[in-house]
Amino acid sequence: MKEELIEYIKKEFVEDPDEEIDETTLLISSGLIDSLSIVSLVAFIDKKLGVKIPDEKGVVENFETVNKIIETINECKK
Amino acid sequence: MSNIGSYEERCKDFDWSIAKKELSYKEGDPINIGYYCSDRNCELGLGSKLALIWEGFTGEQKKFTFEDLKIHSNSFAHLLNKKLGLKSGERIVVFMDKIPELYFSFLGILKMGGIAVPLFSAFGEDSLLTRLQNCNASAVLTTRKLVPRIRKIKDRLPDLRHVVIMSEDENIPLKEREMAFSYSKAPRIESFESFPATAETPSVLHYTSGTTGQPKGALHVHASIFSQYLTAKWVLDLRPDDIYWCTADPGWVTGTSYGIIGPWSLGITQVVLDGGFVPEKWYELIQKHKITVWYSAPTAIRMLMKAGKEIVKKFDLTSLRHLCSVGEPLNPEAVIWSEEVYGLPFHDTWWQTETGCILVSNYPGMKIKPGSMGKAFPGITAAVLSHEFEPITEKNKPGLLALRPPWPSIFRTYWNNKNGYESKFKNGWYITGDRSSIDEDGYFWFMGRDDDVINVAGHLVGPFEIESVLLEHEAVAESAAIGKPDSINMEVVKAFVALKTGFQPTDDLELSIMNFIRKKLSSIAMPQEIEFVDSLPKTRSGKIMRRVLRAQERGEPVGDLSTLEND
Repeated sequence: MKEELIEYIKKEFVEDPDEEIDETTLLISSGLIDSLSIVSLVAFIDKKLGVKIPDEKGVVENFETVNKIIETINECKK
Repeated sequence: MSNIGSYEERCKDFDWSIAKKELSYKEGDPINIGYYCSDRNCELGLGSKLALIWEGFTGEQKKFTFEDLKIHSNSFAHLLNKKLGLKSGERIVVFMDKIPELYFSFLGILKMGGIAVPLFSAFGEDSLLTRLQNCNASAVLTTRKLVPRIRKIKDRLPDLRHVVIMSEDENIPLKEREMAFSYSKAPRIESFESFPATAETPSVLHYTSGTTGQPKGALHVHASIFSQYLTAKWVLDLRPDDIYWCTADPGWVTGTSYGIIGPWSLGITQVVLDGGFVPEKWYELIQKHKITVWYSAPTAIRMLMKAGKEIVKKFDLTSLRHLCSVGEPLNPEAVIWSEEVYGLPFHDTWWQTETGCILVSNYPGMKIKPGSMGKAFPGITAAVLSHEFEPITEKNKPGLLALRPPWPSIFRTYWNNKNGYESKFKNGWYITGDRSSIDEDGYFWFMGRDDDVINVAGHLVGPFEIESVLLEHEAVAESAAIGKPDSINMEVVKAFVALKTGFQPTDDLELSIMNFIRKKLSSIAMPQEIEFVDSLPKTRSGKIMRRVLRAQERGEPVGDLSTLEND
């Protein structure tokens, strides 16, 4: 799951091919992903990972890092 | 006692000469915003006062005095005018994140008499191309991170002579027409003779979306400083000892009128955070720098509300003394919540790219009616008009919000679009495109747009620009973009898409189209939802009836369908 998320973020949000993203990279603070773009990640998680993220969980705090996203996904799976 | 004092007293015999006098300006004098925001403050003895406290998203901090602002803006002015040979009146685009160079270069462009064209750093290549082509930009100032987007479109910009990339490293790989520049390594320019702009000399070009066509460049002039100075003083109540934070990006008019010109013409210290929205970081910033005046947007406030009250308790926000908001109507719940949680209500302010400054507002000391835009700024005649462009005198009856020109910061034209500019004026009124009503006490109440423009988180997006790019997607045959109500962003974009033969409405395709728009235009323009349809409601002449889609989306009556094309 981590690799799939990182790959998606790199493909859709990172313009510099040499820029590295890992599970601790700050996504929101850095401006790489903004609150309006979160829906793209939520849609990806729904369609590709089969997990629905409800609106109340689709907040910037839960998308600040890949680790945080995974934590949110796991909470939603329960 | 607030700077404005009694609003009613200020309204009597108001004249913009108040601002001119305080800025030591006499009719016919040269006036240069760049000079006023930097050099003049040094001449007034504020050279060692902090002008800019900048913080990056990693917590890195840089501080600059007004003397620094003068020197660094001189560096940019010198580079652009003396080294690159750019002349007054040439359009110079600033395409950067909120880094110090953005602020220095903006003032530098004004100092050398250029027209600054600040563009939001999240713009994709199509958004950039439209604007750069429209204004025939001569130069772009950008960064290593963002220059790839300029490179993709450079070949379609024959007037673009210079791309200046901010970089400490002069040996970065450069392409044709590019150069690297570092303000910190550039020779120190103690003095730069500012271009002798007059009140009507063009200063800034801000692009704004309309209901038809591509975004239009609203042109401002150096006289706008009179409006921005006085409204910053009376509405934002900025005082010499304030630490001010305007959260807006200078790619939008709020970020220049009140993120640069207003506060710095007053000699105020301001904080800039270059980073995305994270509630803890925002509160930490207020605490750390003891911010006193905070100017933000309803979308951000609603996100802070969503983050909750508990997180606020972890921070000391007692430095705050005045809060204002801008961009979209501030819902009453937000006003009440901020008073409860911060101890202060947000004061909603209303204005537009075309107005250049705040024109309807809630003022310090004036009773706030939560949800109301407030009252007209002293000296401003605001009204609601019928569709025959006559004032409606009946209280609480909605109509077209209109303003009686002139005021110093009103836009002077849409760049290369005289017809579009002239269409905004009827019967001597500037027609804002917003609908409003006025209550018995003279308070204005926002009632929505009078056209198809979508307001996403305080930023206007035109449906045409979204639909145009949707048509570039291989799968899309036809499309319509409307605003869908959203509890946080006020509206978000929803797109209706009819597919070409051979394409199926799958989840993958929906995601592909969303990301396509985001990368070509911006995340603001990206549809948050796509509905695949067989066809779109159109008039017999083929015009898409967005209002029908909008009404259906909102569960409202669809109105007159007599012009609807029959299937």
